[in-house]
Amino acid sequence: MAAAPQVPASSLPELTNEEILRYSRHLILPEVGMEGQRRLKNAKVLMIGTGGLGAPLGLYLAAAGVGRIGLVDFDVVDVTNLQRQVIHGTKDVGRLKIDSAADSMQDINPALQIDKYNVPLTSANALELFKDYDVIVDGTDNFPTRYLVNDACVLLDKPNAYGSIFRFEGQATVFHHEDGPCYRCLYPEPPPPGLVPSCAEGGVLGILPAVIGSIQATETVKLILGKGTTLSGRLMLYDALNMKFRELKLRRNPECPVCGDNPTVKELIDYQEFCGIPQQAAAEAEEQGRMSEITPLELKVRMDRGDDIFILDVREPHEYDIAKIQGSALIPLGQVAQRVDELDSTADIIVHCKMGGRSAKAQGILKEMGFSRVTNLTGGILRWSDDVDPSIPKY
Amino acid sequence: MAKILIPTPLRQYAGGADSVDISASTAGEMLTKLTDAYPDLKKQIFNDEGKLRSFVNVYVNDDDIRYLDRNDTVVKDGDTVSIVPSIAGGI
Repeated sequence: MAAAPQVPASSLPELTNEEILRYSRHLILPEVGMEGQRRLKNAKVLMIGTGGLGAPLGLYLAAAGVGRIGLVDFDVVDVTNLQRQVIHGTKDVGRLKIDSAADSMQDINPALQIDKYNVPLTSANALELFKDYDVIVDGTDNFPTRYLVNDACVLLDKPNAYGSIFRFEGQATVFHHEDGPCYRCLYPEPPPPGLVPSCAEGGVLGILPAVIGSIQATETVKLILGKGTTLSGRLMLYDALNMKFRELKLRRNPECPVCGDNPTVKELIDYQEFCGIPQQAAAEAEEQGRMSEITPLELKVRMDRGDDIFILDVREPHEYDIAKIQGSALIPLGQVAQRVDELDSTADIIVHCKMGGRSAKAQGILKEMGFSRVTNLTGGILRWSDDVDPSIPKY
Repeated sequence: MAKILIPTPLRQYAGGADSVDISASTAGEMLTKLTDAYPDLKKQIFNDEGKLRSFVNVYVNDDDIRYLDRNDTVVKDGDTVSIVPSIAGGI
């Protein structure tokens, strides 16, 4: 199952003399050779995401001589991307990522055919998008899309070169290749929304996606060549902070709802629903209805007129070092419950964080502990910087 | 003594520790002792019924305990137990 289709060598495209020179370092590797390079030229790879993981993937797959690469992304290059998404440059800020990525890839390899899909990947378009490609590379950043990519790969019988990253850690493997496991065999269900922080909240070492994305690119090339031993059945764990690679065994779960012996998922489902996103949004809306909020401008008015208010910052100390509201006290969200006796339960408390999410959690914790006058600052310190004090740096 | 490795997303619930040495004979006992020492970890790893959450895997050395004896999987001196939660970041 799910091997890259082994086209007979006789029907592979020929290399031009220019290509023979360009790929000479590949051609003198016996594991690649003329046939392997022609397989690369014949190959079609679909990259989901052109961000951190997509950056090294796009650059190296273009350089390696993959004939056709599809890019799926609807995001725009932002200045905070440039710390790690090396396929985009400063001049590209504000451009579509697929346009910027395609320019970089085309510069490396003008012969490459690039298919640009400026759309979010959904259950309605995934099968149609995937069907023409030999290998799918998952470089997305959220659970619903990861389950969607997995299920579409299993349903269409295509291998998925998988990678994911968080702070200093990465995971990489190949799913659904030959008789190997799929993503659902590894993790049958996603975590509830909000439990696992995103890179925007949790941070990510800029070089981390280079390592994981390069592993995905390597696996993609091996799948195309049909050479070597892929990561199918093994989960590679990388810890940049301690510079350690470890490997865990993965097995196909015979009871897997998608790739098991008696699959129950036979078509794509609603992955937002599966990952609890609408339920979470409804719960948050209900919560917000019960919780009081204040905008940065309203808070500024209250501060200027000398109201007696206590501003509690629930971010981490290293974030407090970057930017803080003058006069605020810091207790990280994780310590709020233990350090509650440092706070006056009768005081007028304004809680804030970076964007308003963690402070809403802190507000809930304090309310449960009997604090009655706790108000959340909407939009956090980022909006404070936008609306009140632009001298405060945004991060 | 066996070592239990705590992944980055869960370290904040374990006083920042990246690994803890625990004396136990099964994987289940390791996890119980760990979450007794760090109660905040409990609801990250276990659901309300006290079962391992489905987005958290536990390995003894390189093997998933779901394919061994689950909580009863034997842990010997010098073994490494890993908690591996799913992460989704990519951009």
